[in-house]
Amino acid sequence: MKNNILIIGGGPAGLEASAQLQRMGYNVILIERSAQLGGHLAKWDRLFPDRVPADEVLGGLIHATEGVKCFTDTDIRAINRLEKSYNVRLTNGITVLSDALLVASGFDLFNAVRKEEYGYGIYNQVMTNADLEAYFKTGRDKRIENPKKIGFVHCVGSRDEKSGCRSCSKVCCATAVKQAIEMKQAFPQADVFCFYMDLRLFGRHYEDLYLEAQKEYGVRFIRGRVAEVSENYDGTLLVKAEDTVASKPLKITLDLLVLMSGMRPSASVKELGEHLGMMVEEDGYFAVRSGIAAGQRSPQPGIFLAGAATGPKTLPETLADARAAAMEIDRYLTEIFPDARNYKQLVKERW
Amino acid sequence: MVDFGFGLVPSSRINLDLFDKEKYEELAAMEPDVRICMACGSCTAVCTAGKFVPTSLREAIEAIKNANPEKALQMLESCQFCGKCSMVCPRGINTRHLILSITKVYSQK
Repeated sequence: MKNNILIIGGGPAGLEASAQLQRMGYNVILIERSAQLGGHLAKWDRLFPDRVPADEVLGGLIHATEGVKCFTDTDIRAINRLEKSYNVRLTNGITVLSDALLVASGFDLFNAVRKEEYGYGIYNQVMTNADLEAYFKTGRDKRIENPKKIGFVHCVGSRDEKSGCRSCSKVCCATAVKQAIEMKQAFPQADVFCFYMDLRLFGRHYEDLYLEAQKEYGVRFIRGRVAEVSENYDGTLLVKAEDTVASKPLKITLDLLVLMSGMRPSASVKELGEHLGMMVEEDGYFAVRSGIAAGQRSPQPGIFLAGAATGPKTLPETLADARAAAMEIDRYLTEIFPDARNYKQLVKERW
Repeated sequence: MVDFGFGLVPSSRINLDLFDKEKYEELAAMEPDVRICMACGSCTAVCTAGKFVPTSLREAIEAIKNANPEKALQMLESCQFCGKCSMVCPRGINTRHLILSITKVYSQK
């Protein structure tokens, strides 16, 4: 008999894990609370560091899930833990008896309105990274009309204790550099400024991207967090920061300011955590089972975690995490789950 | 003049709106490496003149980008062209050549 596996979340992690588990011969059910598969990837135009189209990557991920039962617009209504399996009632009326659960609930983008000093939602010419991606996708945004001076603010809702966002979101530095290059490609005459605290460009080829931005596109990197933004009478923005390399306060007039909203735990985490009886850590992300080698196992037997549900991750990291989760699930369902007599003992020893 | 017991100090704030893009592009055309400095400070750390007189290529590049070319020239005027900075620059900038070019472009009025 094929085991049922319920995967919660139809973003890259959920899709990749579904495809892997389907290939291993399991009966995979994927649920997505929104109307569309793909999560944030579906809203992005191109991906760092190579600027490949997000559509292509997502198309490949979705294509590989053929045979998986996908339910969009579907959430969890209730979960009961049976002796070994989980009885899950979905909002579409279907009940699934699942032998393993994978939580791939992803992340939300930080709501930039909360950083009032940057003026998102107050001044016309302030937008977010997500807004800019939407512009790249559609070519339309009334804020972008041949801008001459463009600023990018790193760490909006990241490394910001006061906003309750202590951690680094990992992806925004590379995204800012990528978007800075794309804006220079779209508007070669424009001057582009990136305001950063540290440039955390850790991954392979990311440094190339940084060098390219400086060398080929003349993007100016200013070390210092934007402290305050105000609007001039003509609708341009007056931006204040400290250039901490020069140890001097700085001001500049910009036509467009792009805020790099960071990653926050998905809003679904709270409800999901209650359903599953799973803890979140102080940072709001799900806790993995203790230990650096715990990988994708949650503290609850039979429940696994993948992707940004356990903290900010890049897309390749998320996909690798999903593949690892698929392996872990397979191991659990072949080595621990079938042994009805010793199940409890095995969970105690190996979970 | 009457001494009021106080004076006015000009603003030392960086005003990027005063940045002379034309001149900078002239320099960058001659010396594309000016764009790739990442302000690590290696050049300044080994500078033989900088131990005695304020001399710093890193600060000079920064000053140019921050619309203060006078400071840039001042930061380079004691350079002896010993070349230690070019040995340590992690981005491989030909620092001596860059110093000459900065002086050339920004000394013209």
